[in-house]
Amino acid sequence: MELKENAFQRWGEQRHQSWLVRRMHLDVPLTLALIALSMTGLAMLYSAGNQDLDLVYRQILRVGLAFSAMLVIAQIPPDQLKRWSPWLAGLGIALLIAVEVAGDVGKGAQRWLDLGFFRFQPSEIMKLALPMLLAWYLADRKLPPSLKHLAASALLIAIPVTLIVKQPDLGTSILIASSGVFVIFLAGISWRLIIFLSTVFAACLPLAWLNMHDYQKTRVLTFLNPESDPLNSGYHIIQSKIAIGSGGFYGKGFLQGTQSHLEFLPERSTDFIFAAFAEELGLIGGLLLLALYLFIVTRGLVIATQAQDSYTRLLAGSLTLTFFVYVFVNIGMVSGLLPVVGLPLPLMSYGGTSMVTIMAAFGVLMSIHTHRKMIRN
Amino acid sequence: MPYSWRRYPVMFALFAVMAVLGWRAVDLHVFEREFLQAQADARHVRTVPISAHRGIISDRRGRPLAVSTPVDSIVVNPRQLLAEVDDFAPLAAALEIKPKRLRKLLQKNGEREFFYLRRHVNPADAQKVADLNMPGVDLQREYKRYYPDAEVAAHVLGFTDIDDVGQEGLERAYDDWLKGRAGKKRVLKDRYGRVIEDLGYIDEPQAGNNLQLSIDRRLQYLAYRELKRAVKKHKARSGSVVVLDARTGEVLAMVNQPAFNPNDRSSMRGDWYRNRAVTDVFEPGSTLKPFTVAAALESGLFEVESQIDTTPGYWRVGSNTIRDTINYGIIDLPTLIQKSSNVGASKLALAMSAEQLWSTLDAFGFGEVSGSGLQGESSGILGEPWRWRDIERATIAFGYGVAVTPLQLARAYSALADDGILKQVSFLKLDEAPIGKRVLASETVSDVQDMLAKVVLAGGTGTLAAVPGYQVSGKTGTVKKAVNGVYGSGSYLSVFAGMAPAKNPRLVTVVLIEEPRGGEYYGGKVAAPVFSAVSEGALRLLGVVPDNITTVAEVDG
Repeated sequence: MELKENAFQRWGEQRHQSWLVRRMHLDVPLTLALIALSMTGLAMLYSAGNQDLDLVYRQILRVGLAFSAMLVIAQIPPDQLKRWSPWLAGLGIALLIAVEVAGDVGKGAQRWLDLGFFRFQPSEIMKLALPMLLAWYLADRKLPPSLKHLAASALLIAIPVTLIVKQPDLGTSILIASSGVFVIFLAGISWRLIIFLSTVFAACLPLAWLNMHDYQKTRVLTFLNPESDPLNSGYHIIQSKIAIGSGGFYGKGFLQGTQSHLEFLPERSTDFIFAAFAEELGLIGGLLLLALYLFIVTRGLVIATQAQDSYTRLLAGSLTLTFFVYVFVNIGMVSGLLPVVGLPLPLMSYGGTSMVTIMAAFGVLMSIHTHRKMIRN
Repeated sequence: MPYSWRRYPVMFALFAVMAVLGWRAVDLHVFEREFLQAQADARHVRTVPISAHRGIISDRRGRPLAVSTPVDSIVVNPRQLLAEVDDFAPLAAALEIKPKRLRKLLQKNGEREFFYLRRHVNPADAQKVADLNMPGVDLQREYKRYYPDAEVAAHVLGFTDIDDVGQEGLERAYDDWLKGRAGKKRVLKDRYGRVIEDLGYIDEPQAGNNLQLSIDRRLQYLAYRELKRAVKKHKARSGSVVVLDARTGEVLAMVNQPAFNPNDRSSMRGDWYRNRAVTDVFEPGSTLKPFTVAAALESGLFEVESQIDTTPGYWRVGSNTIRDTINYGIIDLPTLIQKSSNVGASKLALAMSAEQLWSTLDAFGFGEVSGSGLQGESSGILGEPWRWRDIERATIAFGYGVAVTPLQLARAYSALADDGILKQVSFLKLDEAPIGKRVLASETVSDVQDMLAKVVLAGGTGTLAAVPGYQVSGKTGTVKKAVNGVYGSGSYLSVFAGMAPAKNPRLVTVVLIEEPRGGEYYGGKVAAPVFSAVSEGALRLLGVVPDNITTVAEVDG
């Protein structure tokens, strides 16, 4: 047991790393995996976008921006991050309220804040700020937290999540809620409480159903039986399943997917890019991609276990697991396991905002890992 | 460590969830693959109909009279279009209609998945629509019939409807022969209905057969021009010209006025369609007299030199009086024809039995269809001899009380022209003369031909039918038109039926001008010049050797 734990912890020790990498505060395995994933994403975008190079150039720009964000954040020591946590969260919540009051409406949801020169979604900030806030709040308490602190944490989660649900943006609110719940979970709460809360949560589901928007209800119903409405709301799922399944074991070949190139597959360069990928590269490609994601998540958890204090450990664990929820919700949706919630596939889907946030989160992870105080034996 | 025990559940959950995703991928890729691939094919592979090329109609010398040109029809899926497109302005602009109208049109058909937005667009314009790349808009290749000669052969050819099905004329009569069999092919289509790849035929389209007509385009044009000119000049209501090959019964030309342009039927009146030469009957009047004379000669009661007393220019039959224009006195049969004596013809008819007259007329094909195969061909009216009263027998002798079509009259004259052999008429080019049926003894035919030749000579009623350089023959007819069963309303039919050359005739031509209102109405004045012009041109075009050089010399001198 002891031996295993040590082996697990030793993996990725930086003993042999060059001066440059150490100075840049990069975690080599994680960086390489992220680069591999981004490259795969760009190649797939080239195919799914019908070989439109402009589209790819624009995405390369975003990837560059996202990696820069990661690099910058990786330089900030975790102590600094911890101090900023409450302020960042406060800013995020303030912006969410601003969106509620004066936000832009796009595609039927009020998510954007227009600053004149720049439009962005404040909910993106909360993806980072909420786990930071909770980690900050719980790290300095006695762990596992008392009921009082748990209640306070739940309230801290509820405020931004409620605001985001109201926009309405179900996908993001699920993500942010889980990032908060992960912090609490990792801080340690008793299994009895977990079972109790799960029961309460299950009991609340009908209530949630009543409060859902019509389009959200349709999505859930469609998920349960996509063939019930093959022309409209079931269309995405059916086309996507067909794309994945018709790929077969080896796929139809790069640039050869019929579902995507004949434009049957909707949103094939954004949310449904996994379907296009699996159609062209088959089961083998799909499983390799899953393995790459699994590698990244595992590496994130390793970083969490090697973290030296409660704040960094809670934060790293939460960010990693949230990333994993991202992947799971997207692929689960595309392959028809989960209802359609509009979440992109991290680092693969076309689009900028979420990519920057995700890479910023990896920047936090790298900062946590590379700013450890070395204790030489 | 308060949280180290979390590591294992977390890792376990992580791998479990990944396993679920992996299993799902295996599930879709491997186990549902066949079903999903079939579904994919069902979405991309479409069977589309391929229109077959309709056969070309050409004249007897291979010149095209009706051809099919490729056009595109714009088909839309209104349901998809309305669901996926907000801005109809570009499409409306390409179609040159108002966006509002287009939207209304689509909404009216909003539940349909197939709708012809516009048929038969020329391919260049259709490409403009295709270039818009709109979902649910597709082109369908079709063929449109085009008639290079427009009006000239409109009635004979008829036309096809928008679905390329023959509606009138020969297009209709030979529709089964001309139309091909549509094929099917499989194509790969994208979601917008655009064809990405041709996967080949399931069923190859078979082009229709070509049809070569007996019509000679040059003669057709000539007849068209002369008839139109005459109808205009005499302010006539309508007119027809039929030209037959005397030896084979082939129709060389058939024209009517008024005519229509089959390429653009938008502003057309229903009665313009009618191929009057085939569908409309008229009382042939004096043009029937040669057959009365033939019957008289066949009866054995008369000879060519027999003297008929037509004094004093009229003759009472029961309570009716038959009149000649003037008192011709005592005349022989050639003079009867030349002067066109009604009294003489009546006397012949009443001298022989009704059966004798009837059987001759019947033998020449009156009262029966000519075998043209055209839709709506009239058989004319020839009564039954046992019902004929004397006055009827007398008037039938000069062409009242029977009804014929111009084509029928031409056919009967072609038997007179071809040694008494009656043939079916044909609109198709024949390789050899059909086997006809003798309806009149050779000597009798020769006698009647001689009489007809005199009509055109000085002293005859048809001098204007003469053709320089050739001897021609024929018979005029000036028919009082019965309006609601009453004669004498002042409406006339001017008719001329004749053959050229007079010896060994090659052509038989019937000219009918209905209701000339320009002052002239005698067949000899109105119809005969048309016969002359058509025959003159036709004989030259056919390279018939002139047989009457003296008249040329006279004309030239």
